[in-house]
Amino acid sequence: MSRSPSVSWRRLAALCRKESYQIVRDPSSIVIAFALPVILLMIFGYGVNLDAARVRIGVLNEDSGPDAALFAAALGASPYFEPHPSTSRAELTDWLIAGRIRGIVILPSDFGARLARPGSTAPLELIADGAEPNTASFVAAYVGGAWQSWARQRALDKGVAVAPPIDLIARYWFNPAALSRNFIVPGSIAIIMTIIGALLTSLVIAREWERGTMEALLSTPVTRTELLLSKILPYYVLGILSMLICLAIAVFIFGVPFRGSLALLILFTSLFLGSALGLGLLLSTVMRNQFNAAQAALNAAFLPAMMLSGFVYEIASMPAPIRAVTYIIPARYFISALQTLFQAGFVGRILLEDFLFLVVSAAFFLGLTALQTRRRLD
Amino acid sequence: MFKRLLTLITKELQLAFRDPQSRKLLILPVILQLVLFPFAATLEVKNATLAILDQDHGAESNELVQRLAAARAFPTPMLVTSQAELEQVVDEQRALLALEIPSDFSRALAAGRGAQLLAIVDGRRSNSAQIALGYAQAIIQGYSDERSAAAGRPAPSRVVVRNWFNANLDYRWFMLPVLVAIITTLGSLIVTALSIAREREQGTFDQLLVSPLTPGLIMLGKTIPAILIAFGQATLIALAAVFLYRVPFQGSVALLYFSMFFYALALAGFGLFISSLCETQQQAFLGVFTFMVPAITLSGFISPVENMPLFFQGLSWIDPLSHFVLIVKGIFLKGFGISQVWPNLWPLLLISLLTISTAYWMFRRRIA
Amino acid sequence: MSNSIELAGVTHRFAATTAAALENVSAAIPAGCITGLVGPDGAGKTTLMRLMAGLLRPSAGTLTVGGVNPVAAGDELRAMLGYMPQKFGLYEDLTVQENLDLYADLRGVLGAQRTASFTRLLSFTDLAAFTERPAGKLSGGMKQKLGLACVLLGRPKILLLDEPSVGVDPISRRELWRMVTALTADGLSVVWSTSYLDEAERCSHILLMNAGRLAYAGPPGALAARMAGRSLQVAAITGNRRAVLVRALHAREVMDGVIQGSRVRIVLREAGVAPALAPLEAGPDARLEVVAPRLEDAFIDILGGGPGGDSALAEVMPRVTVDPAIARTVIHADSLTKRFGTFTAADHVTFEVPQGEIFGLLGPNGAGKSTTFKMLCGLLVPTAGAASVMGIDLRRHAARARQRLGYMSQKFSLYGNLTVSQNLNFFAGIYGLDGATRAAKIREMVDTFALGPYVEVTPDALSLGFKQRLALACALMHDPAVLFLDEPTSGVDPVTRREFWAHINGVVQKGVTVMVTTHFMDEAEYCDRIGLVYRGQLIAVGAPDELKRDAASAEVPDPSMEEAFIALVERHDTEAPAVAA
Repeated sequence: MSRSPSVSWRRLAALCRKESYQIVRDPSSIVIAFALPVILLMIFGYGVNLDAARVRIGVLNEDSGPDAALFAAALGASPYFEPHPSTSRAELTDWLIAGRIRGIVILPSDFGARLARPGSTAPLELIADGAEPNTASFVAAYVGGAWQSWARQRALDKGVAVAPPIDLIARYWFNPAALSRNFIVPGSIAIIMTIIGALLTSLVIAREWERGTMEALLSTPVTRTELLLSKILPYYVLGILSMLICLAIAVFIFGVPFRGSLALLILFTSLFLGSALGLGLLLSTVMRNQFNAAQAALNAAFLPAMMLSGFVYEIASMPAPIRAVTYIIPARYFISALQTLFQAGFVGRILLEDFLFLVVSAAFFLGLTALQTRRRLD
Repeated sequence: MFKRLLTLITKELQLAFRDPQSRKLLILPVILQLVLFPFAATLEVKNATLAILDQDHGAESNELVQRLAAARAFPTPMLVTSQAELEQVVDEQRALLALEIPSDFSRALAAGRGAQLLAIVDGRRSNSAQIALGYAQAIIQGYSDERSAAAGRPAPSRVVVRNWFNANLDYRWFMLPVLVAIITTLGSLIVTALSIAREREQGTFDQLLVSPLTPGLIMLGKTIPAILIAFGQATLIALAAVFLYRVPFQGSVALLYFSMFFYALALAGFGLFISSLCETQQQAFLGVFTFMVPAITLSGFISPVENMPLFFQGLSWIDPLSHFVLIVKGIFLKGFGISQVWPNLWPLLLISLLTISTAYWMFRRRIA
Repeated sequence: MSNSIELAGVTHRFAATTAAALENVSAAIPAGCITGLVGPDGAGKTTLMRLMAGLLRPSAGTLTVGGVNPVAAGDELRAMLGYMPQKFGLYEDLTVQENLDLYADLRGVLGAQRTASFTRLLSFTDLAAFTERPAGKLSGGMKQKLGLACVLLGRPKILLLDEPSVGVDPISRRELWRMVTALTADGLSVVWSTSYLDEAERCSHILLMNAGRLAYAGPPGALAARMAGRSLQVAAITGNRRAVLVRALHAREVMDGVIQGSRVRIVLREAGVAPALAPLEAGPDARLEVVAPRLEDAFIDILGGGPGGDSALAEVMPRVTVDPAIARTVIHADSLTKRFGTFTAADHVTFEVPQGEIFGLLGPNGAGKSTTFKMLCGLLVPTAGAASVMGIDLRRHAARARQRLGYMSQKFSLYGNLTVSQNLNFFAGIYGLDGATRAAKIREMVDTFALGPYVEVTPDALSLGFKQRLALACALMHDPAVLFLDEPTSGVDPVTRREFWAHINGVVQKGVTVMVTTHFMDEAEYCDRIGLVYRGQLIAVGAPDELKRDAASAEVPDPSMEEAFIALVERHDTEAPAVAA
């Protein structure tokens, strides 16, 4: 039916040039593409910190003996705590309720006496703030650890025979200091690419429909392929530029190691942008209304990327039906690839799997958009 | 004046609920998030994958492997046979955690010496891996203690933890009260920021401006419906939290709604402020988005505010969510009374006062 | 080939269940001339345009455009077709030159041909001085000219223009027309769709559409000629010409009537059978003069006559009483000035409108007429000067003044998602009506405007005519003493427009004062006085006939309202430099 070639480079270049002018002159695209990534990366990088460093705990020492004082001092020396000693149980309880401290260590008046009598439970009490479950687990683990090593050391000092321990020596691969930032920051790049890809493009085709420019374009010899490519290429370039900015911030400001190859990072970003741009354009094409398309993009792209991609929340911990859903979220594969590229460098099996899924989802979304793009109005 | 205000409020609620599409946008995300978030948004570690390399195959190592394999924390343990395989399963993220039992493990234990185990932790997911490591540690400790007891030698005593407010550290008890605060944001921002932009685009805003309504009354006509919608959505989530998810409710309902009023007021203030800066719906949408993502991230919903650098703690202070998150959690789990709510209530009051008066000022300036 | 486009039994429906947007349209559009596609809003003009442009596939029937089927041979069609949609797709962030470059690339206009085309089109459209200006910053008329230039790149053989003159002032409209006429001389075939019948009158051929059907095809003159002897004017009226119109429309012999300046124009049901002059009470000197029929007369005839002159609204509106002290200055613009940065949009505009007068503000796009209008109804605060309504200063006692004014804009600012009754309730409520008063008033409005069957429907689902009735009902709910109308009948068909003005005439009889802005010369004729705003200044004020007399010249001894408008603006342009010097 169509005898003209499906892509004329001259027409494509003209359309891309037009799109670029629009991007450059519309302050809101610049905000989304450059300011928002920087802001979000900062917010995520500094705001999401899962490492409970120096948790504030209250210490109530009711025993006047030397052992209690020694243990309290040992807690103070721990890098994990910022102890707040107090003599009033009521005061500490108030603090715990108010959230000013996350746990209370109580050394009862018989601390010294019970220490002398061996038993299976320690002569101290620990109350943790269960309203912050994650912090509460940390407090329990660290106070338990501090107690164990203090008690063992004391026994050894006194020449008391204790059962030899089974020591568990932990080695953190890829991230020796176990900094949560090292996986949150690379993960945020996926969130930011989702915003640029899906949110920005969800607006662009709908905008052409609303302003009547689409009808004018359709009456010229422009082909469907040119139309689509002209929407994809400029935003793709924008996405890659913004990814490079994110990479620079991640490495130079947050000090996150980047061990992989830049070429692979660009490849995976391109594939993911394929899905994200495809989804945005699809919503925009189908809805032809900026307001609804943007809302739909928020619900269909941004929320799943935040919640169901393994960005913060471990996919393995989710119930099976939700886990099943995560398999169709492109961000899941991109985040996996990002975490591997940044921290591990190259792991063939993971990257291959991510690559295949991302190729399929990019092909799916772009293909569906191409199918939905019509040369006519009906 | 009151009757005119009532007219404005009725109109706003009719607009929000009459159109099927906007009705869906107000209700569907709430239900979706209510189903999804409590299950998906959890920092608990379940179904952790553990790989074990037993280079010993003695009685003690067998016993330990049995115990680890039977633990509920590790439903699918993996036995690997070589160092290379161990490295591979960690590299490929098939195991979050790998334990290496050295060849002299049983011998050392039998001889009454201390033994060492090596744990390899996937630092790419350091948070979950650390928690999984904690689970493994507890199992090994239990085994070690039993051995010492059997041998008649006392093991070091263990600290007993009592978790107040949430004895089993159920993550959902944390998540649902927080959701009361988070899910409510979008509804009130749509009614304030987006609906003003839409009225501007459709010309009905001019119609309001030529009527005898004062700017203050027009703003109030947007603020009150936003508060009502926030109340409606929050009630829905709170009910689901209590009756569906069985989260305990320790505090007073009246206090919850009292503080919710100031929270909704602060949100509406931000919404009006955004709308006073925006001309089109697209800009308003962008404004809402730019406000919402940082506001949610800095609210303490993902990680506690105290973990953030000081500057971000400061930012989170002007975030109405961070205050209300503490209030709802406190009322739900800790049974907060007014004196405990107050330290987070007055900042909300101050925020709403500032945003609303700025919005009012900008609003008046624009008409002039 | 004598016909550029042929339609045979073309039918189009958007969904199988809905009524057809086009029903069995068969016509031929001749080559090398301007064919007017005329009809009211909703007649199916845009659908037909899109079918001809190959953007829609007809549900039934065949089209041949330039000898090809527009859907099957899309590529061939696009190579010879220029299509300018209703809101033409200029990229507002792009400059004039960038827009031209884009369309030149898309249409394959390259090399020397490109440079030549740009030079030709830029001089043709007078845009050469503005190539670096973003399209969004152009005036309405310039935008349309740029749109036309973009469409003309690549020298199309067929040009489809969908309502190119909507929202364009008479001067730009005339220029646009002149350009397109010049193009037909080179053999271009043009289809120009419009809802202005005066515009259609100048086409060499018209297709008259109504409700999806073709009502007439042929030269406009032939259609108007059918009406010969049926169009009359009542001249030399003493007394109230609005009352004369109402009485004339009561006469059995009269099919239709409008106000034209100081005269009343009527159309007879039968040539030669005129009504008796005495019952019209038009005064002792009044006489009937036969005038040339217009296309609009024929159109109203096809539709089965005008709506009559009675306004149910006038019967229920209470009489407005005004303190005699302010009756001469119900609306008062006192040296109104508005500056945006360095640009002066309105410069010391001063006028007074007495009670019961219809005062029209006319002016080219961007001349400051809507700025002036907005200051008078309180949407803009003047930089200097004062505006008052009913003697109440708009700045100092805004709420009190606003309670006395009603406002209706061309967008019919209604809540599209609320039902008719919810809209009525809302507007009653914000003006402080409540309880039984509110219920009674709403019932009255629903009865008056025959909105009964639609109270539970949303305005978006109403026809333009009913939307307009609803908007008017909402604006009059609180019995305002002053009514502000911003281009109230733009794009509305002549029958609906007559009905609307019958209501306005009715409320004016009850003492309401009306202020109206318009681009529409027919509407201007209804005004008692007109203020012509140009370059921020009020350059002329007077009754329509005074302005016409003022503008009369040797070449045009009896100018139409539009000719008078253009002449006065041009005269100001030639005199202004002298004044400045």
